[in-house]
Amino acid sequence: MITDIVLALAQALVGAAGAPLLVGVLRTLKARLMGRRGPSPWQPYADLRKLLRKETVVSTTTSWVFRVTPYVLVATMLVATVVVPVVASRTALPFAGIILLMYLFLLGTFFLALAGLDSGSAFGGMGSSREVAVAALAEPTVILAVFALALRADTTTLGGIVERFAREPLLAANPGHLLAFAAFFIVMLAETGRLPVDNPATHLELTMIHEAMVLEYSGRYLALVEWAAAMKLFVFLTLLANLFFPWGVPDIVEPVPVLLGLLALTGKLAVLTVALAGLETIIAKLRLFRVPELLAGSFALALLSVTAVFLVP
Amino acid sequence: MATLGFLAAVTVGVAATVLGLLGAVGRAWTLAVPWLVPLGGLELALDPLGGFFLALVGAAVIPASIYAIGYVGGERRGVLAYLGFVVAMCVVPLAANVMTFMIAWELMSLASYFLVLHDRQAGASARAAWVYAVMTHAGLACLLAGMLLLAAWTGSVRFADWSAAGPGLPAGARGLALVLLGLGFASKAGVIPLHVWLPLAHPAAPSHVSALMSGVMIKLGVYGLARASLDWLAPAPAWWGAAVLLAGTVSAVVGILYAVVERDLKRLLAFSSIENVGVILIGLGAGLVFRAVGLAALAVLAIAAALYHVVNHAAFKSLLFLGAGAVVHATGTRNMNGLGGLVKLMPCTAACFVLGAAAISALPPLNGFVSEWLLFQALLQNTRIARLELNLVFTLGLAGLALTSGLTLACFVKAAGITFLAVPRSEAAARAHEAAPSMRVAMILLCVVCALLGLGPTLVLPALAAIAGPLVGSAPLPALGDWLTLRVSREFAALSPLALTTALAAAMLAPMVLLRLAGAARRTRRYETWGCGRILQTARMEYTATAFSNPFKRVFDFFYRPEKRLDIEFHPDSRFFVERIEYGNPTRPIFEDWLYRPVLSALSVVARRARAIQSGSANVYLAYILAALLVLLVLT
Amino acid sequence: MFRQLHVALRTGIVTEPVPRDADVERLGGRLARERRRVFGRSLAIRHVDAGSCNACELEIAALTGPHYDLERFGLHIVASPRHADCLLVTGPVTRNMAEALLRTWEATPHPKLVIAVGDCARDGGIFRGSYAIVGGVGDIVPVDAVVPGCPPSPVAILAGILDVIGRLR
Repeated sequence: MITDIVLALAQALVGAAGAPLLVGVLRTLKARLMGRRGPSPWQPYADLRKLLRKETVVSTTTSWVFRVTPYVLVATMLVATVVVPVVASRTALPFAGIILLMYLFLLGTFFLALAGLDSGSAFGGMGSSREVAVAALAEPTVILAVFALALRADTTTLGGIVERFAREPLLAANPGHLLAFAAFFIVMLAETGRLPVDNPATHLELTMIHEAMVLEYSGRYLALVEWAAAMKLFVFLTLLANLFFPWGVPDIVEPVPVLLGLLALTGKLAVLTVALAGLETIIAKLRLFRVPELLAGSFALALLSVTAVFLVP
Repeated sequence: MATLGFLAAVTVGVAATVLGLLGAVGRAWTLAVPWLVPLGGLELALDPLGGFFLALVGAAVIPASIYAIGYVGGERRGVLAYLGFVVAMCVVPLAANVMTFMIAWELMSLASYFLVLHDRQAGASARAAWVYAVMTHAGLACLLAGMLLLAAWTGSVRFADWSAAGPGLPAGARGLALVLLGLGFASKAGVIPLHVWLPLAHPAAPSHVSALMSGVMIKLGVYGLARASLDWLAPAPAWWGAAVLLAGTVSAVVGILYAVVERDLKRLLAFSSIENVGVILIGLGAGLVFRAVGLAALAVLAIAAALYHVVNHAAFKSLLFLGAGAVVHATGTRNMNGLGGLVKLMPCTAACFVLGAAAISALPPLNGFVSEWLLFQALLQNTRIARLELNLVFTLGLAGLALTSGLTLACFVKAAGITFLAVPRSEAAARAHEAAPSMRVAMILLCVVCALLGLGPTLVLPALAAIAGPLVGSAPLPALGDWLTLRVSREFAALSPLALTTALAAAMLAPMVLLRLAGAARRTRRYETWGCGRILQTARMEYTATAFSNPFKRVFDFFYRPEKRLDIEFHPDSRFFVERIEYGNPTRPIFEDWLYRPVLSALSVVARRARAIQSGSANVYLAYILAALLVLLVLT
Repeated sequence: MFRQLHVALRTGIVTEPVPRDADVERLGGRLARERRRVFGRSLAIRHVDAGSCNACELEIAALTGPHYDLERFGLHIVASPRHADCLLVTGPVTRNMAEALLRTWEATPHPKLVIAVGDCARDGGIFRGSYAIVGGVGDIVPVDAVVPGCPPSPVAILAGILDVIGRLR
C-alpha cells in the first residue's frame, strides 16, 4: 500500500517535472531541422517561471468556469501521469484503466471548451467548436484501438496490458498490433494538437484549434494551462511507448528495476520525439475540414487492427 | 390549490419509491381485484424488475413535483392530468395482466397528451400533441396485437402464466411476438425510426412534465422490452439480441447527430433522450446476446449496466430539463442563439446545469461515467462469443457507443456554454432572474443524486446485478469487488470512484499549493476580452449555437443533407449596396422524408380507394349486412 | 516529403552570431537588473502594426527565420497580448490605430515592455507632422526603448531587444 502511494507520487513527479523538458527537446529538434539554432531544451521551464511573475488579466465577461479550468486541466493530467505506467507496470491504483484515461482527457477538454466559450470572443468559440469536433471524431478510433489491445491482453487495466505483453512478446507480433499503434499515433497527433491537425506555433487565429481557446489566459493561469498541455503530450507519448512496446517496464517496485525502467522509457521517448519532430518538419497542416478525413483514415486503421487480431490467432 | 396537488404527487412518489425498493430487494407482493374491470380484472404484482422501475418512477416524481410548485406559480390547469400521469406510470410496472397493463398504459398516454397540449396558444403544441397521439396509438396497436397473440397461444391473460409458458413456445411464434411487442415498446421508448413524436412532444410540454416524460415515461418502454425479452418470451434468440443492439446503436448515433445541430434547447435535450435510450438498448441487446450464447455472468453485467444507465439518465436528464425550464421561465425563449450570460444572472441554475452536462457527457467522477464504463467493459468482452457475425455486431456497437460519447460531449458543451456563459445575446436574456426556491431545491437535489450515483456504484451495482440475475437465470452472481473498488470479470477491469475522486481533489489542490510555494504573483486585473483592439465589443461577436455546430454539419453532411438558402436584397438603385442578407442552412429530416411521408401517402391512397365502399345509399349498406351475415353463417 | 528532411539535414545550421554593440536609444528609468531578472531568459513578443508601411514588418519577419533566429535567446512571437511581455510597435501611430494600440497595451499583463521599432515609431519619421498621425509611440504608451532606422536591420532590432532585457553584454 505504501509502495503503491510512493510509486504514484514518483510517477506524478516524473511526469510533472519531465513534461516541459519533452516539449523543449521537441522544439529544439524542430528548430535544428529547420536550419536554425533554436531555443535551449530547458526553455519551457524559463517560460513557466516568467509566467509566474506576471500579473493575471481576467476578462470581465468570464465566470468561475474560466478560473477553475486551469486547475481542472492540471488535476486531470496529474492523475493521468499517475495512471499511465511510467516507471513500473504495477499501477495497483484501482482506477488504472484505458477507458478511464480516455474520459479523463475528455474531462479536461470539456472544461477547456467551456472556458473558450466563456470569454465571449469569436476566437474562443471557434477554438471550442473545433476542439470538441476533433475530440468527438477521435473517440471511435481510441476505443477500437483499445479493443484490439484488450483482445490480446484479456484486460483493460494499463498495468495488466503492459505486464501481459512484456511476459509474452509473441502476443504483440501481430499485424493488428502495429495497425493499432498507427491508429493511436494519429489520435495522439489530433489530441495533443500537433501537425498536421493543429500547428502549436501558429499566430494566425483562424488556423488555431487548441491555442484559440487559451488566448484569454495570462500569468499563472497560462502557466498552468501550458504545463497541462505539456503533460498531455508526455502521457500520450508514454502510452505509445510503454503500451505498445512494453519491454523494459518492470513489474516489481524495487529501486534498480525502476531506474532501468526510467532509462528504457527515456530511450523510447527519445525515439518517438525524434520521429515526431521529423514528421512535423516534413508535413504541412491540413485544412480544417480535411482533418475528419484523416481521423476517418485512423478509424479504418483501427478497424483493420481489430479484424487482424480476430483473424490472425 | 396547485401546490396541494403537487404535494400529493410528491407523496405518491415517496410511496412508490419505498414500495419499489422493497420489491427490488425481493419482497414480492400481489393484489387482485377480479371484478373491477372485465377480461381478467385488475391484478397487480410486485417483483424485482417491476419494483426497480416503480422506484425509478417514484424517485423521479419527487424532484419534478417540488420543481413544479415554483414553476407553475399557482396555475391550476394541468395539475389533475399531472396526477393522473404519475399514478398511471406507477401502475404500469406493477401490472400483472393484459387489461391492467393496457388501462394503465392508455391512461399514461392520455394524461401526457393533455399535458403536451398545455400551452394551447402555440400552434406547434397542437401539432406536437397530434403526432404524439397518433404514434402512441400506433404503438398501442402493435402492443395489443402482440399481447393478444400471446394470450391466444398460452391460453391466459396473466403475465405470470406467460413467463411459465414462455420456454415452450415455437420459435416462429416467439419471433413474431417479440417483433410486435418490440415495435410497440420501441415506439414508446423513442427508438429510431419510431421517434418522430419525441422531439415535438417533449419541448412542447411544461418542463416538469418533460423531465418526467424523458426521465421515466420512455424508460417504461424499455421496461416493456426487458419484460418481454427476459421474462415472457425467454429465452430470446440471439438474433433478437443482436437486433436490439443494432437498433440501440443506430438510435444512439442518429439521436446525438440530430441533437448536436439543434438550436432549440429543449429539442436538443429531447434528441439526447433518444440517444440515451439507444445506449440503454445497446446494453440490453448485449445482455440478451450473452444470455442466448450461455455467458450468464456477462449477461448479468450488461443488463445491470443498462439498468444503471436507466437510473442515471433519469437523474441527469431530469436535472437538465428542470434547468432548461428555469431558463425558459426566466427569459421566455428556448432558442440558444438568443441566450447567454445567464451564469451571472442565474448562478445556481447555471452550476446545476453544468454539472448535469458533465454527468451526461460521462465525465468522471459523476454517474454517467460509471454506466458507460460498465457498458464498455461488457461490450469489450464479446470475444468470448465464438461467432464472428455476433463479434461484428458488438464491434459496431462499440464504435457507435464511442462516437456518441464524443458527440454528447460536443453537444453539451454547446448547450451549457452557449446558454449560460459569456454575454447575453438578446434583451430577453439580459433581463433573466434566478429560479424560484422550490425549483432550485429540486435541481440541487438531483445534483446530489448524480454525485452519489457516481461515487457509490459499489453499492448500487450489486443491487442491480441481483435484479438482473434471476432474469438471466444465473444462480451465483458474478463477483463485483468490495466497497471501495468495482471489479469486472475478475482481472478484466477495475474502478474505484472514491479513490479517483480523492486523487482528483488532491491533484486540484496540488497546483494551488505549488503556486503559493513558487511565489507566483497573485495580482489579478479585470479588463475587457481581447478583441484585436476593436473599439466596440458587443454580443454579436460571440459564437452562436449554429456556428458551434457548423463543423458537424459539414463533416456529416451526407447525413444531414443541408440545403443552403441565401437571399440577398440589393439596394434598388445599385447592386453594389446590400440591404439585407438572409442565410439559412437547415438540415433535411431523413425519416420524415423517406419513411413517414411515403407511408402516410400510401395510407391516404388506400383510404381514398376504400371510400368507394361508402356510397351513401342505404340499399347498398343493407346488401353489405346481408353478405356479412351469410359469410358468418358459412364460417361458423 | 523525405527529400525535404534530406535537404534539411544536409544544409545544417545557418544562424549568424549577433554583434556586441547595439544602436539603441533607451528611454525611461526602468532598472536593467529588474528587467534581466524577469525577462532575461524568456520574453514573449507581440508585434503591433500602428500604421506602418510594412518595411519594418519585413525586417521583423526575418528575425524568425534561420539566419537571425530570435528563439535561440528565449524570445518568441505570440499571437495574443495576454501572453505577451513586450510590445514591438512599428509605424507612426495613425489616428485610427491610436485607440487600438492603447487597448493592446492595456490588455498586456504587468510587467511589460514597449519597444518602438523604426523612425516612424520614434517620432513619426517621414510622416512627421501629417494630419493622419498622432505622433510617435511614446505619445500613446510608455516606451522603454527605440530602435532607430528606416527600416532598421534585423540585427539592429534583435540587438535592441536583447539590450533592453540585459542579454547583450
